[in-house]
Amino acid sequence: MHIKGGRVIDPANGVDEVRDLFVTDGIIVEEKPDHAELIDASGKVVTPGLIDIHVHFREPGQSHKETIATGSRCAAAGGFTTVVCMPNTSPVADSTATIAWIQERAAATACVNVFCTGAITRGLGGEEMAPIGALAAAGVVALTDDGRCVQNHGVMRRAVEYAKQFGLPLMDHCQEATLSADGVMNEGEWSTRLGLPGWPSLAEDLIVSRNILLAEETGHPIHCQHISSARSVRLLREARRRGVPITAEACPHHISLTDEGLKTFDSNFKVNPPLRTPADIDEIIAGIADGTITILASDHAPHAPYEKEVELDQAPFGMLGLETELAVFLEILLHQRKALSLPEIIALLTINPAKLLRLDRGTLSNGAPADITILDPGHAWTYDKNDSASLSRNSPFHGMSLRGRALVTIVGGKTVWDLESGFRS
Amino acid sequence: MTTTPYSWKHKDLCALADHSAEELLTILHTATAFKGVGERNLKKVPALRGKTLVNFFIEPSTRTRISFELAAMRLSADVVNISASASSLEKGETLLDTARNLEALRADLIVIRHKSAGSARFLADRLNASVINAGDGAHEHPTQGLLDAFTIREKLGRIEGVKVAIVGDILFSRVARSNIQLLTKLGAEVTLVGPPTLVPASFSSLGVRISHSIDEVLEQSDVINLLRIQHERQRKEYFPGVGEYTARFGLTRKRAERLKEECLIMHPGPMNRGVEIDSDVADGRGSVILDQVTNGLAVRMAVLYLCSGGAPLSKPDANS
Repeated sequence: MHIKGGRVIDPANGVDEVRDLFVTDGIIVEEKPDHAELIDASGKVVTPGLIDIHVHFREPGQSHKETIATGSRCAAAGGFTTVVCMPNTSPVADSTATIAWIQERAAATACVNVFCTGAITRGLGGEEMAPIGALAAAGVVALTDDGRCVQNHGVMRRAVEYAKQFGLPLMDHCQEATLSADGVMNEGEWSTRLGLPGWPSLAEDLIVSRNILLAEETGHPIHCQHISSARSVRLLREARRRGVPITAEACPHHISLTDEGLKTFDSNFKVNPPLRTPADIDEIIAGIADGTITILASDHAPHAPYEKEVELDQAPFGMLGLETELAVFLEILLHQRKALSLPEIIALLTINPAKLLRLDRGTLSNGAPADITILDPGHAWTYDKNDSASLSRNSPFHGMSLRGRALVTIVGGKTVWDLESGFRS
Repeated sequence: MTTTPYSWKHKDLCALADHSAEELLTILHTATAFKGVGERNLKKVPALRGKTLVNFFIEPSTRTRISFELAAMRLSADVVNISASASSLEKGETLLDTARNLEALRADLIVIRHKSAGSARFLADRLNASVINAGDGAHEHPTQGLLDAFTIREKLGRIEGVKVAIVGDILFSRVARSNIQLLTKLGAEVTLVGPPTLVPASFSSLGVRISHSIDEVLEQSDVINLLRIQHERQRKEYFPGVGEYTARFGLTRKRAERLKEECLIMHPGPMNRGVEIDSDVADGRGSVILDQVTNGLAVRMAVLYLCSGGAPLSKPDANS
């Protein structure tokens, strides 16, 4: 493969220049191979394949919402070549058998690289430690009880200490359950207007604080997922300045939508943690810009239409994300806010998540797997959820005009999707 | 939302927050015309003859359900009542499917009470039938807000500039939210009174004042509207108990003596005598609690009539 004339951005190597890129046998190489397939990337941007460390592909157990096959197509159509699946499947990914099942399923049906996380506690129950050593041996890249934050601090402390011997980072959905209680949206002006139970930022801030202390105490990395609150950003900033091994991610919806989106009781805007206020958005963006938040992710969470078409407080939390993720990040961070440069944004979608989870990806170095995304950061388009590759349709971005889009997605040296002709298989 | 003065072009009434002052005044004026019907010997007009109304109450209610039922009957509509235990919701059917079945049976109006905020709006957006919100969780109870405003206007002759204190469990109260929406749109000065846990600071964004002492508002209020402490929705973490609540926020006889002579005492019911209001005060001078109930009929007739496409009745008067 010969990718010709693109602006190659490879933050891992500090590269940002127009040049050609060569691929042989699924590996990035220095020399142009004979009879190479030519891809003209002139006027386009060529980056390492994008990585999303927070997706829900719903297999096993909830394949009416999404499958590994359909979820991976969403990833490919969004420019993502690698995803990391959350363990809240049915059964929960807390055993080597389930991990093996997912890995086999991914090998057979996924068009992008699919990595697994394992549960911290059995059944996401928050009490008994999952077989962490066996999960590590089975190849999970992190441990998390995503969606069911471990409430018991003693359990969480022991899990962090135990995971350290395997070098497995923990990823935590930060939500203190007695404070969030039965909340369905951000506690504030809009929950007051709408009479809906509030889920206060405080519930996130408290667990972020807990995780900072545990990471500091144990010296082992903890990653705070989908940060939604301004104060959480400030806590993380202060801790990272002190050198605490704590990291955090931000999602597209938490920097582009606010709790006002729920004013028509549209359950597509119901997500956990909830959409918050313009002030929270400002602080999260500031945190992304100043290096407090080092990873961008989608929290792609499909739910079937009939599950979302219910009273708001009964509807499940979550929204689709992979297909709009790159565009929303570019629209907000690059075009509207001018908060980061394109190479800086690409780092948060490639080498940073790869480093956290020790994946041999996220770079265009010679010898690296040829996962490559060709994109146009200025491509103007309108998202139509009816064109989605997902089995579900729960997107709040339907009908939104966005700038920035993946054009070609290459996984292991093979084009799996391009904008003109769609999926290759 | 349309803001044409004195008109109503909506099939639904889900929340007073959705409507302009002019639209809401249209309902109040139309209610004035309908109030006369209830005072006549023959309490019936043919306005909704041939229409079918379903009272779909998924939360317990007597007052509101009967009021809607009588309002519909006085307009000559046919009325069917269903409750949660008698509906297929018990068998796992979704709210939307149940409502679509009612529509398939050619219900013209669906009056819904439901524990989930936004449930009326959810159905209104998906059905051709008119949907009238009779209380959705802690969100709104629009006809209660309208009948409260109607009563204030009837008794005091105006709403603009009237000082209204709403006392009690504001956080969980749909009555409070509908009152706040309507009264602030019509120019009243609203003060919410209760402990900080039940009157959180976030309410100040709704254009109201907040007080944590009933004693602060007694002398200045033109209207005092007492809300029930909703035991069934509340956990002990919000306040220590009924005794302390009554001591700090109850309208006792002693406190009632400090009210202006012409101050209206209101309560949406059901009342807990001796808790938020002293029994003598509930029955005493200034109490318009039963007038509220009577006016509820006229207001609900107006709402059903307008949402069925009826032309507004009665010219607006200068006092509104």
